[in-house]
Amino acid sequence: MPKDEYQSRDFRIVGTRPVRPDGIDKVTGKARYGADMTAPGMLWGAILRSPHAHARIKSIDTSAAEAMKGVKAVITRADFTYQPESASLADVLDNCMAGEKARYDGHAVAAVAATSKSIARAALKAIKVDYGVLPHVTDVDEAMKPDAPVIEAGRVQENVPEGYSENVTGRSQYGHGDPEAGFEKADLVIERHFTTAATHQGYIEPNACLAQLGADGQGEIWVCTQGHYMVRNTCAGVLGLDAGMLRVTASEIGGGFGGKTHVWMEPTALVLSRKAGKPVKLVLSRDEVFRATGPTASSSIDVKIGMKKDGSITGATATYRLQAGAYPGSIAFLSAMCGFAPYDLKHVRTEGYEVMTNRPKAAAYRAPGAPMAAYPVESVIDELCQKLDLDPLETRLKNAAREGTKASYGPTYPAIGLEATLKAAQSHPHWIAPLGENQGRGVACGFWFNFGGDTCVSLMVNPDGTVSLSEGNPDIGGSRASMSMMAAEELGVDLDQVRTVIADTASLGQNEVTDGSRVTFAVGLATIKAARHAIQIMKERAAMTWGIDPEAVDWRDGAAHPAGPNAGKFPPMTIKEIAAIASNTGGPIAGHHEVTAEGAGVSFATHMVDTETDPETGQVKVLRYTVFQDAGKAVHPDYVEGQFQGGAAQGIGWAINEEYIYGEDGRLQNPGFLDYRIPVASDLPMIEPVILEIPNPGHPYGVRGVGETSIVPPLAAIANAVSRSSNVRLTSLPMSPPKVLAAMKGT
Amino acid sequence: MSQIHVITTINGDETEFLCEAQETLLDVLRDHLDLTGSKEGCGTGDCGACSVIVDGRLVCACLMLAGEAEGRSVETIEGMADGDDLHPLQQKFLEMAALQCGVCTPGILVATKNLLERNPNPTEEEVRYWLAGNLCRCTGYDKIIRAVMDTAADMRGAA
Amino acid sequence: MRFQSPESVDEAVALLAADPEARVLAGGTDLLVRLRMGDVAPSAVIDIKRITEMTTIAQDDGGWRIGAAVPSAEMNETAALVTDWPGVTEAADLIGSTQIQGRATVAGNLCNASPAADSVPAMVAAGAVARVAGPNGSRDVPVEDIPTGPGQTSLAQGELVTSIFLPAKPENSGSAYLRFIPRTEMDIAVVGVGITLTLDSAGAVTAAKIALGAVGPKVIVAGDAAKTLIGTTGDDPALDALAAACSAAATPIDDKRGTAEFRRDVTGVIAKRTARIALARAKGEA
Ligand SMILES: Cc1cc2nc3c(=O)[nH]c(=O)nc-3n(C[C@H](O)[C@H](O)[C@H](O)COP(=O)(O)OP(=O)(O)OC[C@H]3O[C@@H](n4cnc5c(N)ncnc54)[C@H](O)[C@@H]3O)c2cc1C
Ligand code: FES
Ligand code: FES
Repeated sequence: MPKDEYQSRDFRIVGTRPVRPDGIDKVTGKARYGADMTAPGMLWGAILRSPHAHARIKSIDTSAAEAMKGVKAVITRADFTYQPESASLADVLDNCMAGEKARYDGHAVAAVAATSKSIARAALKAIKVDYGVLPHVTDVDEAMKPDAPVIEAGRVQENVPEGYSENVTGRSQYGHGDPEAGFEKADLVIERHFTTAATHQGYIEPNACLAQLGADGQGEIWVCTQGHYMVRNTCAGVLGLDAGMLRVTASEIGGGFGGKTHVWMEPTALVLSRKAGKPVKLVLSRDEVFRATGPTASSSIDVKIGMKKDGSITGATATYRLQAGAYPGSIAFLSAMCGFAPYDLKHVRTEGYEVMTNRPKAAAYRAPGAPMAAYPVESVIDELCQKLDLDPLETRLKNAAREGTKASYGPTYPAIGLEATLKAAQSHPHWIAPLGENQGRGVACGFWFNFGGDTCVSLMVNPDGTVSLSEGNPDIGGSRASMSMMAAEELGVDLDQVRTVIADTASLGQNEVTDGSRVTFAVGLATIKAARHAIQIMKERAAMTWGIDPEAVDWRDGAAHPAGPNAGKFPPMTIKEIAAIASNTGGPIAGHHEVTAEGAGVSFATHMVDTETDPETGQVKVLRYTVFQDAGKAVHPDYVEGQFQGGAAQGIGWAINEEYIYGEDGRLQNPGFLDYRIPVASDLPMIEPVILEIPNPGHPYGVRGVGETSIVPPLAAIANAVSRSSNVRLTSLPMSPPKVLAAMKGT
Repeated sequence: MSQIHVITTINGDETEFLCEAQETLLDVLRDHLDLTGSKEGCGTGDCGACSVIVDGRLVCACLMLAGEAEGRSVETIEGMADGDDLHPLQQKFLEMAALQCGVCTPGILVATKNLLERNPNPTEEEVRYWLAGNLCRCTGYDKIIRAVMDTAADMRGAA
Repeated sequence: MRFQSPESVDEAVALLAADPEARVLAGGTDLLVRLRMGDVAPSAVIDIKRITEMTTIAQDDGGWRIGAAVPSAEMNETAALVTDWPGVTEAADLIGSTQIQGRATVAGNLCNASPAADSVPAMVAAGAVARVAGPNGSRDVPVEDIPTGPGQTSLAQGELVTSIFLPAKPENSGSAYLRFIPRTEMDIAVVGVGITLTLDSAGAVTAAKIALGAVGPKVIVAGDAAKTLIGTTGDDPALDALAAACSAAATPIDDKRGTAEFRRDVTGVIAKRTARIALARAKGEA
């Protein structure tokens, strides 16, 4: 077996729970996030945004703002002199600064840089924009109708069938077999329509950057992002700069959940800086975050499933219609791939439609597309179980995908953990705990692909034998700790001998963004290989010192050893000893690894939840919550648990209270945390995490991504619990009190 | 623009600053005094990331004008550890992994310090309601609540 | 904008009277949000927290006088006040988070004139009276007469509220406030109900005052609903009648926080639940 594939082993450090290395800075307030950096001579940026959902920009008069004392630059789209060739970069540009028209409430139309925040704000008020208001559409089903206002003509892909408006830009299809024939064999077929509201990632740190760009095209950006390489490449592409001339440094990041895998305003800061000749800090307000950075898609869905009395699913179809917002490119295809991924089905077909609307450009949100894909499927399966009097866990086990199953989206699965999560759920005390009046218990499964992708890691052995590890992925939830642990494990040194930093874009090759639950898997893989590379060099140095063949040297416990009696009798050389004489044996020692990582290993979870519904008000309270998920190998179990708990909490918010509310005028009515209701501490119970470890064959330690799957099952799990206790099937998210009460009263 | 002159005490040190009348205490802490440990998650009192203690009371620094700080005593996250001796809550948050991204952490630590000073033996429900104005989007609160309960027990044991 | 911190009521009145664009700053939990959003741009803010007589809670004529600059947290730390008027203090305890309560005042809650203000129905049900100081001296105004509509008050130019007076608690009386919100905390009321009622020795209701919040342009004094309780013991049929009367008295609208129909329904539900608590308190059971 090649050494980089999974091998079962006993770990020394991996699987323990050390204190994270960046912890002290974060509990003392020293850690520097996006808005915490300053530069000499720095100006404050601010962005003027459209108050209209859809409007032609007839003219912009910036003269009064420019004349104000302390105002150093005012820009509009005219200051973005480069027009990118690729459609996707042109979209990013237009989203950062509107061209001919404002496409949504909150769309940027101008920006200023001034010597203080208050002057910058006052200058925005002095800019006069003449708008020609256009008809708008913010609802996905409305936007598909042939006579809907069109956001942008000419973007429809060839595979979109006739009969829709030009807002429908893409369609995707997946599946195999003949679902109609499958339905014929069923004892019961249920078809239902579902809707989900747009939700925001809701990270607590608003987007922020500090940017500088000179007339020579050299620039620097300090930014809170999930991917500083992505920021560099996108800014360079949008502004026509050379990527190598831009150096981007990732700040500490206060949450992202996919929302910081995009560029929203960094090019604006660069252009302001170029025009003013000074560094510019641009920090979005919470209102701007809600109005202008991507929420996830809202959706309209039809699902049909047929089941036999014994619980086997005979056929299944789903149609997903997802908002893309103001530009093409939604995640409907991911929904179409994920919906039935947990099940072994003979006859299955899904399709996804991408629909433009007058809303902010939809962005990735934790397992993008998967939560709204699982919600209707898991709801209908639950209803079939109710009506056929079947056990919902047993029924899911009966249909569960296993090693060798052909997934509904194409590939054949290697070893996967769905069955293990279902069995763990069956044997957990939660499953048999008694329920009280108005209480219900729901279960649901969820799937996420997990990504790999471009990754670079450098591992330097310092002259004193300590280790510096450079990686290129912002650490959102403790990944530096995990990298240090894997490096120390592989090198055989103590954890405190390794320090991991997030390098800037000039210090390592290309790295994909921190998304798709890729970091612990892909960066971990590259870390282990970089460590192996360094070990190889250190073995050579020991061999040289001993005058033997490098093949005759073994590495264990942080030291080189002669491989056996034939290799010669030498005392082991520790990493410190090898490092100390590196200058005499060939120079500094460093390992590195560059890879497009594959084999991320898909992930499954089963969630179980108890809710209580107030029959007089429709209010839903979550009483008990348990997450069962496969982690492959939990490198730092505390942070794996944290991912399970955090994803579940976000899913609970999505299920019960979170939603983008648009008025008749197409404006967002709740761009703040008071009325965009994310769960607060008193809303939630403890969330019990149950970690299962089914090793990923594609990683040397068996690691799989764990970050996203946990947001997939909660929507359906809660809907199932509430539907069971209130004897009515709830088919629209969020299950806010007015909706639940109306459903219970049958109105 | 005419500035106002304020003398106040921050983390035990007498501090003087000039500010505009409409600047908040949070603006001054972050932009004038380099005390960036208090975070601005919303600027409108909803998230608690800017929590500070003023004359013994927990408040949002974003909802207090800097001019109001005249003669008051302000405690921020930067004053929570005693030199390199972490406060027991800070230590416990590290040990129990009660933070992920950490941006809510300063506010939550300041808020829970104030809670434990007032109520050394809170129930889980009391901790949850006390912290309802401190949003955390990463953790689901579970490990935070456990760390607070655990610290309270330790501190009672030590007292 | 100027920042001013007068040390006496007279000084504050003079500043306010001299500048129609000036605004009173109490806890600032409404005012600073509006400043930040650019909804208001006053020429000056007048901080009333340095005026000693406005920062104290005092027993007065068997009742309580609460200074207009007292944060709601302090009300809940005053045990005897909580014993006398639990309906008012529990309403004050619902205003925002711990942090908000460290600053927010009930007088500010009143003068902000939001229809959804939590402490207002509770104060109205308690028969609270606001003391208003102005260029022409001071006057006492029933709390329900301060707000006149969303964001509008009956205060004249140069006037401010200096204190709220809660009368002596009648014998055998109980007060309560409950609201409905979608979460458990940090929401603005979708419906709020404040009730104060008095029982005779046989347990029958002899007096009741009921005020509804968030279901009309300003706090609604539900007189007909109060009448349904008089003479009853607050048994189930009486509470059903109360609920129906409260729902009928509500005049809600559809908005982002709930539909009119939902609000009307829930007004009755919350009224019933509030009445149960007030009854128990009147009987000394809670
Ligand atoms: C996060 C958050 C949550 C909130 N939650 C709630 C809630 O649950 N329930 C609720 O009811 N409210 C809530 N509010 C609103 C607010 O906290 C309350 O209305 C509070 O009681 C206002 O009091 P204040 O002292 O802070 O008023 P300020 O902001 O100081 O003043 C409010 C208004 O009244 C005027 N004013 C203040 N005092 C006087 C006076 N003595 N005489 C004349 N005019 C005066 C001011 O000029 C201003 O226009 C919330 C606010 C925030 C930011
Ligand atoms: S920044 Fe002050 S509460 Fe959010
Ligand atoms: S740890 Fe990220 S918001 Fe709390």
